Order: sequence, then structure tokens, then C-alpha cells
Amino acid sequence: MASLPRHRRHSSGGGSDRLATTNMVGKRVTLTLDSTLDSVNSAEESATRFAAGAGFDEDEIARISMAVREATINAVLHGNAYDPAKKVGFQLERTRDSMVITITDQGQGLDPNKIPDPLAPENLLKQSGRGIFLIRAFMDEVQIRQLHPGTELKLIKHVPGAAGDNKEASQ
Amino acid sequence: MSMKANTRQVNGVMIVDLSGRITLGEGSVILRDTVRDLVGKGNKKILLNLGEVNYIDSSGIGELVSAFTTVRNQGGELKLLNLTKKVHDLLQITKLYTVFDVKDDETAAIKSYK
Repeated sequence: MASLPRHRRHSSGGGSDRLATTNMVGKRVTLTLDSTLDSVNSAEESATRFAAGAGFDEDEIARISMAVREATINAVLHGNAYDPAKKVGFQLERTRDSMVITITDQGQGLDPNKIPDPLAPENLLKQSGRGIFLIRAFMDEVQIRQLHPGTELKLIKHVPGAAGDNKEASQ
Repeated sequence: MSMKANTRQVNGVMIVDLSGRITLGEGSVILRDTVRDLVGKGNKKILLNLGEVNYIDSSGIGELVSAFTTVRNQGGELKLLNLTKKVHDLLQITKLYTVFDVKDDETAAIKSYK
């Protein structure tokens, strides 16, 4: 199992590396990952722990983790093409009402308007092309931004009953 | 947990018992190599038992599709057995559930091959 200390790591907001906190609003974890398969597993494991600490149930944690895995695969494999000179930026953040995951690569760039529909009959039996589709299926919001060079994916999952849903609870 | 694949033959059907994660990297490679090896040896009735597969990503889904088309292109049939809820849901979302012949009983699955 890959361990987090192998990567550059910055943590803020909670004053501790311990992710499973009872009050994670403002908590942020930032990693710079190598373009390797180990990074995909590290990102997935980090997201799983962070989502658990943010209060999501087991099914939602699994969806978030898979979305993060797919986004990181995109960055490592399709974006940076395993290039050791290129890095993947990875940030987990607990805002007032959401968990926000931001993943960036330094590749050619992904044009969101040119992503084929994997459900189209002509694409159904293709071996690849389902990553972005699954991310969109599992997250509440997905933003794709071209960085020239590179791509930024922002994945957002709203926390049920969080501050944004119940303003009185946060005051 | 890494992926494992054990193959056994029952009434002319090659059953591949898979366990662990079918994901980008080792898991997908093991599945690909196992199916290619079976097809290369002339096996045309292949049943993938996914009962112990607790996780699959888009790469794993792609390998299942690739295995399906590889066997079909050789005039054979590849079917799936014992989907876990997570894998079942993923195949539903990706509209592949109707592409694969999915079984939940091994004996019936074996009998279903022509």
C-alpha cells in the first residue's frame, strides 16, 4: 500500500494530519503526486479517509472514492502519460456544505466538448472512455477546466444536512 | 487487495473464479492474460465468477468488455456469474448489464452454454 509521506503534503485548517475530525469545515489537504499508479491508489485512499471524516455514509464514500480514482487515472494516464517530469496536483477540501476535490495534470488538455458518450451504441463495446462518465454519475457537480497546458477537474459532493442545507445549524 | 484468478473446468465450461479488485494495473492484466490464455487453448465456453470481486474501476470494466469481444470473435461465449451489488450497479450505469449474459446460479449457467 502506498503511503502518503512519500509525496509532498500540506495540510491546513485543522492544524493536524488526522483526517477523521468531527468538525472538518475548512479542512484542506494538498498533495503533489508523481504520475504513477501508486499515486492513483494514494489519492483514492486519501479521499476515502477524508470523505469518512466529512460525514458521508458508506455508499457515498464508495462513490466519491471511485470518482477520485477515475479522475486521478485520467490525470496520470491520459493527461501526464506516466511522464515522470509531470506532476498531478491533488487537493481535498471540506467547505461549509461540500467536499471538493481538485485534480490537475500537466498534459495536452481535455476538451470537455469532445468526450464521446460511452452509452452510445457505437461506443458501448469500446474498452475505454467511461472514466469521466462515471465521475459525473457519482458526484453532484463536475467542472472541467483547460489549463493550457493541462486539465483541472473539480469534483463536488454536497454533505447531507451540512451548513449549506441548514444555515441555522452553522450559526 | 490484489486480484486472483483460479480456473477450473466443469462439463466443458471453463470457470474463472476471480477475487479482489479488477482495476488499472495488475488486476486488469491478470484478467486479460487469463482470458487470452483460455481462448488461445481453444476454449470457447468461459464463465467469469465475480462473486468475490468487491471493486472494479473503468479499466476493469474495459477489460470485461474486451474479454467479452475477444471470446465472441473466436466464436465463443463469455458469461458472468455472481455479480456483487457494486459490480451489478456499475454494469447497470454503463448499460453493459444487457450486453453481458449475467447468471446467478453456477449449475444453470453451465447448462446455458450451447
